[in-house]
Amino acid sequence: MVFAKSKDANRLDPADVTDGESSAVTENIFDGLLRFRDQSTEIEPALALSWHLSADRRTYTFKLRPGVKFHDETPCDAAAVKFSFDRQRKPLEGQLMEYWQSFFSAVGPVDALDPLTVRVQLLRPDATFLPKLAMFSMGIVSPTAARKWGADFSRHPVGTGPFRFVSWKPNEKIVLEANPDHWAGRPRLDRVIFKPVLENSVRLLELEVGSVAGEAGVMGMDGLNPDDLQRVLANPELRLLSQPGLNVGYLALNTTRPPLTDRRVRQALNLALDRQNLVKAFFADGKLGVVARNPMPPLLWGYAHDVADYPHDPDRARRLLAEAGYPGGLKLEVWAMPVARPYMPLGLKIGEVIQADLRKVGIDAEVVTHEWATYLDKMGNGDHAAALIGWVGDYGDPDNFLYTFFHSSNARKGSASNYAFYRNPRVDALLDAAREAPDPARRAALYREVQHIVHEDASWVPLFHARQMAILRKGVRGYALQPTGSKLFAGVWLQ
Amino acid sequence: MIKVVARRLALLAPILLGVVAIVFAAVRLIPGDPATVILGERATEAAKAALRHDLGLDRPIAVQFAGYLGGLVQGDLGRSLSTGNPVLYEVAARFPATLELALAALALAMLIGVPLGLYAAVRRNSWIDQLATGASLVGVSMPIFWLGLVLMLVFSAQMRVLPLSGRLDLASEVAPLTGLYLLDTLLRGDLPAFRSAALHLALPALTLATVPLAVVGRMTRAAMLEVLGQDYIRTARAKGAGEHRVNWKHALRNAAIPIVTVSGLQAGTLLSGAVITETIFSWPGIGGLAVGAVFSRDFPLLQGCVLVFALTFVLVNLLTDLAYQILDPRLRA
Repeated sequence: MVFAKSKDANRLDPADVTDGESSAVTENIFDGLLRFRDQSTEIEPALALSWHLSADRRTYTFKLRPGVKFHDETPCDAAAVKFSFDRQRKPLEGQLMEYWQSFFSAVGPVDALDPLTVRVQLLRPDATFLPKLAMFSMGIVSPTAARKWGADFSRHPVGTGPFRFVSWKPNEKIVLEANPDHWAGRPRLDRVIFKPVLENSVRLLELEVGSVAGEAGVMGMDGLNPDDLQRVLANPELRLLSQPGLNVGYLALNTTRPPLTDRRVRQALNLALDRQNLVKAFFADGKLGVVARNPMPPLLWGYAHDVADYPHDPDRARRLLAEAGYPGGLKLEVWAMPVARPYMPLGLKIGEVIQADLRKVGIDAEVVTHEWATYLDKMGNGDHAAALIGWVGDYGDPDNFLYTFFHSSNARKGSASNYAFYRNPRVDALLDAAREAPDPARRAALYREVQHIVHEDASWVPLFHARQMAILRKGVRGYALQPTGSKLFAGVWLQ
Repeated sequence: MIKVVARRLALLAPILLGVVAIVFAAVRLIPGDPATVILGERATEAAKAALRHDLGLDRPIAVQFAGYLGGLVQGDLGRSLSTGNPVLYEVAARFPATLELALAALALAMLIGVPLGLYAAVRRNSWIDQLATGASLVGVSMPIFWLGLVLMLVFSAQMRVLPLSGRLDLASEVAPLTGLYLLDTLLRGDLPAFRSAALHLALPALTLATVPLAVVGRMTRAAMLEVLGQDYIRTARAKGAGEHRVNWKHALRNAAIPIVTVSGLQAGTLLSGAVITETIFSWPGIGGLAVGAVFSRDFPLLQGCVLVFALTFVLVNLLTDLAYQILDPRLRA
């Protein structure tokens, strides 16, 4: 099975991965204690068979699956789990361990109580700890191999996963082979080869052409030019998989910058944009993406289905602007992303359509862009007024979206991820409570309330949830899109 | 000759030091913080500060430069920020691919361009000359992105004889000796893999060869025309030398210096990575590596790439100069 991607992996050490092209590979080589259930954001046992949370919600005790071995035949026991956690606290030269720093600051001592029991103590209760454990970065690594290779473990990954690492020729191919001893059974594919094909159009051509001159051809791919969608749908040899992904693209309204300090102006912007039209133009009329109503995607639990979306209503927008003291309209900078992301395929073009929509309600918008790194830096500083931006979720928990976007602790100049610089003590309290609450139903209710408040305060114009997609040749069976964007090959076979 | 080589090699050190200093300053002038690029939309200030510290970016630039030079003299170019691998590993893994592609393209350009230019000069103003001149104009001005895609559509999608991207059949494994797959597969006696490597090389090499081919062809024609008008050629003809001998021996040798000069310049350019060709054909060369390093603000990797480019240019120029010495006895002082 050859799968073509738009980029090569950067690193194959799961804890050290920060990009999707790398995690797509490592998730097939490594298992974590937990994993996301197939096609879901709910968690299920993987290397841990069961777990127990103490009454003070600060201590997790995991019972491990017995008899599991790494690809190098060493046992995957409690000591290996402890090692996999502890190594992320002290990166070696060349390692970043970025996910640990971002997500696991609450983790205290980790102890191997006996060969099959691991105790993890938290410095403070964290209701998002378990879904975070299912992320690719918490794959359990072979201590023997990690010690042997040091920072170069990234090029010699050894885990317990359904596939074993065979070889990696940078920018040519990564080869994995089936692990016959995998605890969930041997995968049906003998080999999986990841091949980077940089150009979207060339990648599709390779998939269409299949095998040339008797050589192994591409069987599946991701990353499609929107213009090529019809070509794929019309080709009986190909199959398109598509579903809304764990992402959101939006227009951030900097609530600290006049005139956006006025809620009525922000609501007017929500009413002024014809988002159906944007989806029609830029997401192939819904085939590539859907209109976003809330800051988090609907496939996530806790989604507030009862939020009444802002309609496209230019008249009401004009009235609100007049009420706010701008009867003659106003001037506004709209920043457009210079890079393409699934949730924002053509930033500048989208900016121009937004500019046209705004002109109709009397807002004179100027579309501005910067080079990408500068763009992010400036947004983190709050230099923008209205800016297009987006987010791809890391783990299936509303916290990963709402806390990131709306908690005041994320609205510090210089490093904001709360690009609206939105500060609301009530929302802070709800988000904090949801982090601590043990009961999922209670947490969902808290997150729904947050979505209602931020909808009313209109610190964003939520725009799109991109569909994620994969294109496969007809004979590929058993491949499914995962909400987290994982590319899993354990259940795949060729007809 | 040995003196020339020695002098040029001695100059290498100061040239490289200058290049390193300029590149070191230049990459840091690109706006955008590497920590932001690496951490992306997810960055928190604490994480960015920690990362900047880990990367040594919070130290004064002079200290950073001294540290870099210190590593450099020991052959340590640092580690790539995005992959964490030693820069030397990254560059060494990718340079042979560029070398193979560049040599193949240059060989095509010389083997076709020189005879074509020569023939066009000898048959000046004939239809062949007109055709060659017109074709070379097209070759120079052709957008190679477009040409690459057309070649793919014809030879891969329609005729299905040449593969679209990559260097080798995915099922083949070639343990690297030189990193040049044509050579490695031959040395290992693996003929199916050799065939696969040649098929994979064909389209990118052809695409990449168009511009140098046109340049070399035009230069050969111009240089030959100048030489053919000179007295000694008339003398050679008067002595009864055959047309073939006059053109290939008497004329071409004297026309060779400008041809070698442009070929050397083209070689330097090809070896610094043919970014567009490498991108269309997903050829894993050093051009794409350098471009990726710019976008990800991978300072150490970018510095490593530019260092290799500078080294390549200096060496190619040296080889060109040596070729002058062989071609023109007057220069052998």
